[in-house]
Amino acid sequence: MIEGSLWRKWVFYYIPLLLFIVVLLFPFYWMIITSVRPDGELYRPWNSVNYQPFWTNKPTWEHFTYLFEETNFGRWMINTMFIAATSTLISLFCGVLAGYALARLNFPWAGSLGTLIFITYLVPQTLLFIPLAEIIRDFKLGDTPWSLILTYPTFLIPFCTWLMMGYFKAIPKELEECARIDGASRWKAMLFIIIPVALPGILSAGIIAFTLSWNEFIYALVFLSSPDEKTVAVGVTSELIRGDVFFWGSLMAGALLGSVPVAIVYSFFVEHYVSGLTGSVKG
Amino acid sequence: MAEVSLHKLNKFFDTTHVVKDVDLKIRDKEFMVFVGPSGCGKTTTLRMIAGLEAISSGEIRIDDTVVNEVPPMDRDIAMVFQNYALYPHMSVASNMAFGLKMRKFEKAEIDKRIARAADILGIQSLLGRKPRQLSGGQRQRVALGRAIVRDPKVFLFDEPLSNLDAKLRVQMRVELKKLHERLAVTSVYVTHDQVEAMTLGDRVVVMKDGVVQQVGEPLELYNTPANRFVAGFIGSPAMNFADVTLVESSGKVTAEAEGLKIAVPEALAARARLRAGRKATLGIRPEDLHVAGAADTAEHCFEAEVEVVEQLGSEILLDTRVGPALMVASIDPEMKVRTHDKLRLAINPARLHLFDAETEAAI
Repeated sequence: MIEGSLWRKWVFYYIPLLLFIVVLLFPFYWMIITSVRPDGELYRPWNSVNYQPFWTNKPTWEHFTYLFEETNFGRWMINTMFIAATSTLISLFCGVLAGYALARLNFPWAGSLGTLIFITYLVPQTLLFIPLAEIIRDFKLGDTPWSLILTYPTFLIPFCTWLMMGYFKAIPKELEECARIDGASRWKAMLFIIIPVALPGILSAGIIAFTLSWNEFIYALVFLSSPDEKTVAVGVTSELIRGDVFFWGSLMAGALLGSVPVAIVYSFFVEHYVSGLTGSVKG
Repeated sequence: MAEVSLHKLNKFFDTTHVVKDVDLKIRDKEFMVFVGPSGCGKTTTLRMIAGLEAISSGEIRIDDTVVNEVPPMDRDIAMVFQNYALYPHMSVASNMAFGLKMRKFEKAEIDKRIARAADILGIQSLLGRKPRQLSGGQRQRVALGRAIVRDPKVFLFDEPLSNLDAKLRVQMRVELKKLHERLAVTSVYVTHDQVEAMTLGDRVVVMKDGVVQQVGEPLELYNTPANRFVAGFIGSPAMNFADVTLVESSGKVTAEAEGLKIAVPEALAARARLRAGRKATLGIRPEDLHVAGAADTAEHCFEAEVEVVEQLGSEILLDTRVGPALMVASIDPEMKVRTHDKLRLAINPARLHLFDAETEAAI
């Protein structure tokens, strides 16, 4: 807390905090209010007498019904869920093993290898999608979920590896040494001691990886074309913006429903997530 | 039943030579303490015995088996770490059971052993708790319990008491000693605290810069240190040293420096005579100095000026200046002494030590 007089508290604490909250939460509010506002209100000009952008007196579910009846939204949700979950699992599996190896096994070049993996994470997706598209075509994976499940790990594995490497390094190596003296092989020591202790870190990596693949846009846009195969992010924007006509109500309804699973995942693991990022290992 | 022997043991970290030609035989049921300043290679030696550190050259045997290439899990040892290394996600009971489960013991046997160890250490009420719910002393007990249940051939301790506060450390030290008497298992204990070394060890190994300086029973190290380093390291407060010249005149050998002229006792005289005219280091422990009385001959006395008086109740520690040298004397607590007093101090000649100025070995 800021100490001192009341005006200092307001200037340095409450006002910045309020601004921050408004900036962060307003888009969500806008999303919610737009998704339940009838079309008649949505397309009313700003200078008309009864223009009221921040509130509606006639909330409606029509945009949600439209979303489920006229588009493949349900299908997109399932696609996105499947793609995000599978690529997250693959990336976590590889990331945990690679991170452990880089942090604990003292092989030559471990340091440089770690840096190299980090560099691959820095290659922008906007460049990478061109060669990747070629590869996807050659393997005849285009327009299947596998085109994304196999390409998302290109940025998720480096990310998970790097995060887990840091986390494993923070775990006292005596824990593992003790387990090995206690009769565990290196593999068992990792399985029974190190991984349970690293669980907050693994969860954090998983949550972030899941969010990244859930929200991913460019690969999904390039590799998927038929309406049935699309993910939420691509489906909503490609099917609900037709030329210069924006279906604002349904667009926002889709965005709202699309952010629900991520919000659930976050709130479910929030405690582990925070301790994962701050890297606390209590002895 | 286990003997541990180290033969020409060496360890390099890259180009740094941290353990140099260590030869040592740790007897069955013996409590062997490795002591030395940080970076002296004692912990590395222990870790090589544990199998956590590869051996650069030499040989380690447990009983008659060479264990150089045996992984830690197969050496049948148990180790207690400085930071306890309790598994944070497991209860106390599971922590103790882990090693037995890994070795596929029966459930009934595991429970029996945990109950016995908990009974020995007085931690029965803690078995259901997680490590983070324990105090430092309790964690230390659990770490000990985890070692005890294994019933190993050898116990290894890596500075197990250094994370405890002073009072608890003394208490745990006593308990460790009792525990060793009760279990009678060969133990190797690493510490930088010479008090722990003296009180716990059946024998003590003093190390410095990767080299074993002396191996012996605690009193042997105290009474006949092999060199100046051991003399200064063992004993508290530390031994006083003064740079002297050995002088021979009319059949007697004296150690002389500014403000100091001490006759070398008969036992040392023969060896000192050979070095007459050369530099040496005189060593005398604070407890072997006293305020001169009628019984003290002049050739064992010297003048000293008191700089600091430390009244400890059981003794007084005087920081005194003798010529250019500083000497600490432990004297009778009833004495009335003040700063800047000039005193006549006498040494106990039988307990005088001389060290070579160059090799620092005892003369």
